[in-house]
Amino acid sequence: MVRKIENGAQNPMGYRKNSTGQPEGNPDTRVSLCGVELDNPIIPASGTFGYGVEFAKLYDINILGTFSMKSATKEPRFGNITPRIAECASGMLNAVGLQNPGLESVLAHELPEIKKVFKKKIMANVSGFSVDEYVTNAAALGDDPQIGWIELNISCPNVKRGGEHFGNSPSDAFTLTREVKQAVQKPIIVKLSPNTGDIAAISAACEEAGADGLSLINTIKGMRIDLKTQKPVLANKTGGLSGPAVFPVALRMVYEVYEAVKLPIVGIGGVSTAEDVIEMMLAGAAAVGVGAANLINPYACRDIIESLPGVMREYGITRLTDIIGGAHN
Amino acid sequence: MKENTIEQKFEITENRKIADMVYETVLVGDTSRVTSPGQFVSVSLGGFFLRRPFSVCDKSGGRLTLIYKTVGSGTKYMSSLKKGSVLNLLTGLGNGFEVKNSKDSPLLIGGGVGLPPLYFLAKCLTAEGKDVALIMGFGKSSEVFYEEKFKELGVRVAVTTADGSRGIKGFVTDALGLFTGYTYTYACGPEQMLKAVWESTRTDGEYSFEERMGCGFGACMGCSRKTVGGYKKVCSDGPVFKKGEILW
Repeated sequence: MVRKIENGAQNPMGYRKNSTGQPEGNPDTRVSLCGVELDNPIIPASGTFGYGVEFAKLYDINILGTFSMKSATKEPRFGNITPRIAECASGMLNAVGLQNPGLESVLAHELPEIKKVFKKKIMANVSGFSVDEYVTNAAALGDDPQIGWIELNISCPNVKRGGEHFGNSPSDAFTLTREVKQAVQKPIIVKLSPNTGDIAAISAACEEAGADGLSLINTIKGMRIDLKTQKPVLANKTGGLSGPAVFPVALRMVYEVYEAVKLPIVGIGGVSTAEDVIEMMLAGAAAVGVGAANLINPYACRDIIESLPGVMREYGITRLTDIIGGAHN
Repeated sequence: MKENTIEQKFEITENRKIADMVYETVLVGDTSRVTSPGQFVSVSLGGFFLRRPFSVCDKSGGRLTLIYKTVGSGTKYMSSLKKGSVLNLLTGLGNGFEVKNSKDSPLLIGGGVGLPPLYFLAKCLTAEGKDVALIMGFGKSSEVFYEEKFKELGVRVAVTTADGSRGIKGFVTDALGLFTGYTYTYACGPEQMLKAVWESTRTDGEYSFEERMGCGFGACMGCSRKTVGGYKKVCSDGPVFKKGEILW
């Protein structure tokens, strides 16, 4: 099942080749996300890219498709006490707990700083502890002309209430999405949790409520125990697993959600190479989030973007939009 | 490697044990981004997902010296690396100590592997002609390292050990009475030690903190700390904080 997503032409072969079997010209990395064209599908995931300014000191972040800002809540939040970070095989746990300076500061300080270094549309990730708070945060950020999308974070595993609570119940996800959609003009992308029994049901509820897109997955809840103290490493006890360890899980969930809904999907989870990007798009992602890779290699997104055309050539892919969902029958 | 980036390749030229569970690794590479004592580098180690942050113990031309304790599998792996091994480092991370703030007679206080950045600092302070004193705190005599190296810089040194097997028995604060005329304090070590020093010293000073880090360059907010001036990131706002900024 390869379906047409916005401007992406349907192509049962998944990609185009000329008569010699080689793709013609420069591979086309452009994709479209909820009606906004991106130069490439690469989107640093919320929480792994701060407000972009740290990375802008290292490379020109305008090469990105877009990036998703650190999640904003209405009030300032310190987040969880430390340690917040633990390592594991091929990945890491974090329990930051939505640290952010609060909506007012984000609008007055962080967003203007981003605009100095990033000239494309920005994805604003918003969290909350009630429907009203989500609506307030999304509406305020959505009013800014440079915000291209609102990403509704209903999937943070590291806060006691709110966040993931909305991502575990189709009816709550429906209500929240509908309320935000009614209050905000910008495309609404709902970020889903993998820590749920039926991600397809949650996806369908978001689609029915009017979501414009979905992003998945947030981190998978996990734990490490320190053998010296014989207690959990993280002060929060549990944290969210990210990194290459989660890639197959994320890929499977993107694949399932692609079959369940017609919304464009931002595929996130363990992506660290251009090959991973292509795999994620074959599963059904219209764009691809890069998370933990940014933390261990600050140049990860730049490296992926630079290597993407070569990898597309290697696999005979002319246009990225042609391969979205190409792995489905 | 890429020019003008914080990511650089370094080659190990020496890697040796200098005390119980403590190793000294000397690397050669582009050190141009290491600009002040108290800054750190983060090292990518094969098979480990996260980089390991290490404060810079010494920088001399293209040579970088790191000292670390083998507390986990990553540092154990690093201690096993042979001369000629090449490592990928992010360099010049964090804000270090301000040498100029300390007037004539700074007192340095370090606990265990909190001492390495104080060596680089002592070099910079003595180069400016300051009268530098140091209290080195350890658990036991087998853990002591760099006592002679500090003395070679002209630093007046007192050693304390918790079990009394070397120097003064007790903690670093038990040796404070030996140095009375100091004008400023620089400290690095476990948080409990820093707090004791903060409470026991009357001068202004700078304190270097340790925290488990994700990225090491200010992106992930894994190492946040509450300060008088709000939430700060130990990696990119610190690791050195002024005495007046610190909240316990």
